[in-house]
Amino acid sequence: MSGPDLLAPEALERARDEALAAFTAAPTLESLAAARTAHIGDRSAVARARKAIGSLPGTEKADAGKRVNVAASAVQEAFEQRKRALEQERDQRVLLEEAVDVTVLPPRRRGARHPLTTLSERVADVFVAMGWEVAEGPEVEHEWFNFDALNFGGDHPAREMQDTLFVEPAGSGLVLRTHTSPVQVRSMLDRELPIYVICPGRVYRADALDATHSPVFAQVEGLVVDEGITMAHLRGTLDHLAVALFGSVGDGKGIRTRIRPNYFPFTEPSAEMDLQCFACRGASAQPGGEPCRVCSSEGWIEWGGCGMVNPTVLVACGIDPERYSGFAFGMGLDRTLMFRHDLHDIRDIYEGDLRFTSALGSEV
Amino acid sequence: MRVPVSWLRTLVPDLTASADDIAAALVRVGLEVEQVHRVGHDISGVVVGEVLDVEELAGFKKPIRFCHVSVGDAVHDVVCGATNFAAGDRVAFATPGAVLPGDFRIATRQTYGHTSDGMICSAAELGLSGDPDGILVLPVDSPLGADVVELLALRDEVLDIAVTPDRGYQLSVRGVAREAASAFGLALADPGLAETPSADSDGFVVRVDAPEACDRYVARVVTGLDPAAQSPAWLQRRLTLAGMRPISLAVDVTNTVMLELGQPLHAFDLAALRGAIVVRRAAAGERLVTLDGQDRALDPGDLLITDDSGPIALAGVMGGGPTEVTAATRSLLIESAHFAPLSIARTARRHRLPSEASRRYERGVDPALAAAAAEAAVRLLVTLAGASAGVVTDVDTRAPQPILVLPAAAPGRLAGRDYAPQVVRRRLEDVGCTVAGDDPLAVTPPSWRPDLTGRAELIEEVLRLEGYDTIPVVLPTAPAGRGLSAEQRLRRKASRSVAAAGFVEVVLPPFVSPESLDALGGGMDPPRVLNPLSAQEALLRPTLLPGLLAAVARNVSRGLVDVAVYETGHVFVGPGGTAPPTPGVDGPPTAEQRAALDGALPPQPRHVGVALAGGPASWDAAVGALVELGGALGLTLQPRAVEAGPDLHHPGPYHPGRSAELLLDGGRVGLAGELHPRVCVALGLPARTCAGEANLDALVAAAAAAGPQPAPVVSHFPPASVDVALVVRRNVPAAEVEAALRKGAGELLEAVQLFDVYTGAQVGEGRRSLAYTLRLRAADRTLTDVEVLAARDSAIAEAGRRAGAVLRS
Repeated sequence: MSGPDLLAPEALERARDEALAAFTAAPTLESLAAARTAHIGDRSAVARARKAIGSLPGTEKADAGKRVNVAASAVQEAFEQRKRALEQERDQRVLLEEAVDVTVLPPRRRGARHPLTTLSERVADVFVAMGWEVAEGPEVEHEWFNFDALNFGGDHPAREMQDTLFVEPAGSGLVLRTHTSPVQVRSMLDRELPIYVICPGRVYRADALDATHSPVFAQVEGLVVDEGITMAHLRGTLDHLAVALFGSVGDGKGIRTRIRPNYFPFTEPSAEMDLQCFACRGASAQPGGEPCRVCSSEGWIEWGGCGMVNPTVLVACGIDPERYSGFAFGMGLDRTLMFRHDLHDIRDIYEGDLRFTSALGSEV
Repeated sequence: MRVPVSWLRTLVPDLTASADDIAAALVRVGLEVEQVHRVGHDISGVVVGEVLDVEELAGFKKPIRFCHVSVGDAVHDVVCGATNFAAGDRVAFATPGAVLPGDFRIATRQTYGHTSDGMICSAAELGLSGDPDGILVLPVDSPLGADVVELLALRDEVLDIAVTPDRGYQLSVRGVAREAASAFGLALADPGLAETPSADSDGFVVRVDAPEACDRYVARVVTGLDPAAQSPAWLQRRLTLAGMRPISLAVDVTNTVMLELGQPLHAFDLAALRGAIVVRRAAAGERLVTLDGQDRALDPGDLLITDDSGPIALAGVMGGGPTEVTAATRSLLIESAHFAPLSIARTARRHRLPSEASRRYERGVDPALAAAAAEAAVRLLVTLAGASAGVVTDVDTRAPQPILVLPAAAPGRLAGRDYAPQVVRRRLEDVGCTVAGDDPLAVTPPSWRPDLTGRAELIEEVLRLEGYDTIPVVLPTAPAGRGLSAEQRLRRKASRSVAAAGFVEVVLPPFVSPESLDALGGGMDPPRVLNPLSAQEALLRPTLLPGLLAAVARNVSRGLVDVAVYETGHVFVGPGGTAPPTPGVDGPPTAEQRAALDGALPPQPRHVGVALAGGPASWDAAVGALVELGGALGLTLQPRAVEAGPDLHHPGPYHPGRSAELLLDGGRVGLAGELHPRVCVALGLPARTCAGEANLDALVAAAAAAGPQPAPVVSHFPPASVDVALVVRRNVPAAEVEAALRKGAGELLEAVQLFDVYTGAQVGEGRRSLAYTLRLRAADRTLTDVEVLAARDSAIAEAGRRAGAVLRS
């Protein structure tokens, strides 16, 4: 077919139709590529028609060009369309073939922090947020810090209250601290006034291990020494911690604490502190209330001890009791942990079974 | 202290509140009422009966009686095994359907060939003390058919009160009654204020040679005691309810006075005394056989009651055998004394002899009470045993009560609320203080409150009696704080880093056995607990490993297959120091005293330890966890093989070829790796258990000291990568080669990565090939090929010099 024949409208339509048919018929991207060479390539009818335009007389060139362009773009578009279709088919096939069972994850050890650690940090953070600081001290402690400075006289029966583990050499006065209160003494001796500190740590008592006693347990104590500190401040602080750890109730009132008179050598006045039962919120103790297992239907749970720092202790730590007053409180972190997680055996905390830690590892 | 509520009511006559309300009121003012025991509430259907006739049944192994008992409107047939009654006696008769303590239900039954239609009760069966074999014979005027529970007042409640060490006065019905009276605003009928006879000039001779330990000694002579006299039922019942066993009239009388007033009394057999009573300290070598039969060597610190024969009692703790009151005793010397708490506490502890008396003396007995208590005992003996009151001795060297000054506003100032001055005054008077002046108040504490020694103690009395629940709730405002210290933040980060590496935190007791340390190589000298909970585990851990490895073994034994645990905590290195003289508490310790106190403590750094077994456990997980921890703190911990001895002995419990010491700036801060196979066997651990431990305090200190890191220059120019394969002797650590490459490549080196290790014929025996990619980059330009090659060649040359490396051909 000579050049002008190629440019005939019928010829161009035929070339276009043949191209479209060839593309549609191509089953794969490879056969489509071959069809492209045949129908779009340099030797294709459309390409040859475009070349033939040059041999036409000037007046016909514009029309012929227009016809070729229309045919060429139709062919090109048909090719692109088919190519997209075939690529989509291929992608779908490949993606299907590559599918995996997403429920099969390679084994990976998941670590966890112990809930006692996270609880201790949580308590510390509550106080740090109020401007308090975290104080620390040794676990093998000298009796002067653990007892004497805290107004436990040498033969005071109160020393008998706490079953002390003594450390050799005999008569050295070394003990495993029976409470974190020696950290309070160290804080008062070493820090600038006013003092607002929280002291979390491990403490030791000569208690046989059973479901509710461990010879090693964790305590957290707080100490404030400042001018004008009152027992009202102690109550405010305890309520704040209770809400921070156990939340507030729906009526907007926080969970509360109450204090009852008690005796500790290092505080005067002294008090026992109870936490409103976070499970029944005290409802079980009301007439007709549903029984509560957490608080044995008493409405309150014993949480720790507290009081106003005994002036004798301030004096032993070099603080003028005429100018300064203070309060202190302490509670068992284990006990708090047991409340929060409905744990009934303290041994679970100290046994090192990783199932225990792992289950509570999401605590923050 | 067990206080029968019926007894309490005799001292607060207007107290009508229920036992539960009394308990609640006492709790509110600070008494720890642990329990309210109810007695007699479980008895019903027992009435007064009269025995109409008694028929002895023959032919049984023991005496058996068949009786008829009238209860007024009916007559019951009863079989009874007791013999201590006769026709005409009034008895406690349990009718069919009656219930006795312990849910013991009485029904009609056939026994010994007769129908027994009820039961004649013994005292014990009604919850009373008394002869368990004989039945309880009631007074003849007991009304027939009357309810025995009502008649004998068998129903009662007992308050079980835990007494804190400062509140000795609560170890008496009198002390608890005082609290109850003030709680309910009622009058107290104080038996401690009873009239007492004055001392006789010819009283029994008593000399106190240790006035610092005994400032009051009242002695009363009682004669003409009827040895056959028994404690009446009401007295026995009081003692039983209060938790003491009735013994004999004389002992029961001294005990009941002690329970009511809190004053311990001691009764000597007057006939057994030789000469005057002397109160003194023990002399060296003296001995005493106490009432419990123990022959005790006395300490010069022990306070004694003596006569011409020597020691006759450990004062305030326990009497001696020879002067003990017996069934034949007809005359007594009753001692009612005040001993210093400390002296009694020491003696009771020294001889391991806690007694009802020592418990009270240790916590402080009212010294003003001695005469009244002795008088109460004498009166009871006169009434109950037909005795006559004899001469009175009273050695009294008491110091006057101190007067404390209390600004009227002080209680309010400490509480954070106001108390009216008259409220302050009234509350102090409630507890027995004498108050003079308006402001400040001059307060004289009562003799029974030795714990009221200062302002704070007086303030507590006002606050607790007004109620702690009336104190407002105010959150204090602390000055701006500095947050957690750098060390505290770093410790948290370190712990999170190990957890992120797949380890599960455990918290373990720090007590270990010498064997567990020996199994790890020994050579450690940690502090020992003098009174350990377990004799086997008396040492304080010098390393975290024994606990961690035991935890691994426990987890494995429970069927867990992939166990990785870690712990951070104190270890105790080396023994503590010798005792410095303990400073006083009148002020802060001096710098020297403080240094001595702190210097006596054993070093107790925090460590971090890891242990893992099973599944994919391998040495590199243990070493890696600690290296990563260092990295999290911004520290580079360099692992290095530890030189093993000729017998492949290794410091610590590790496999000599699969463990590393971890170096920080050239100093060792930890060890980690696979455990020695022998250690795994010895400790029952799975083969190839791995572990590691580092000094967390040292790491944290180094990290905290480093301060803020300078920011890097992040170059935006393209990197150039070159690979080098080097052949080295097999024992040259890769770390050494890498260090040489870093140094040789110089500042253009951005990263170096080992990507292949090859051993085999191609590199020769005893050698290996290490292939590295060096990534080079400059901050300010694209590197030229010449620069890249120069850096590469310099790196190879340095590796050759320092590690004997040659380029692999």
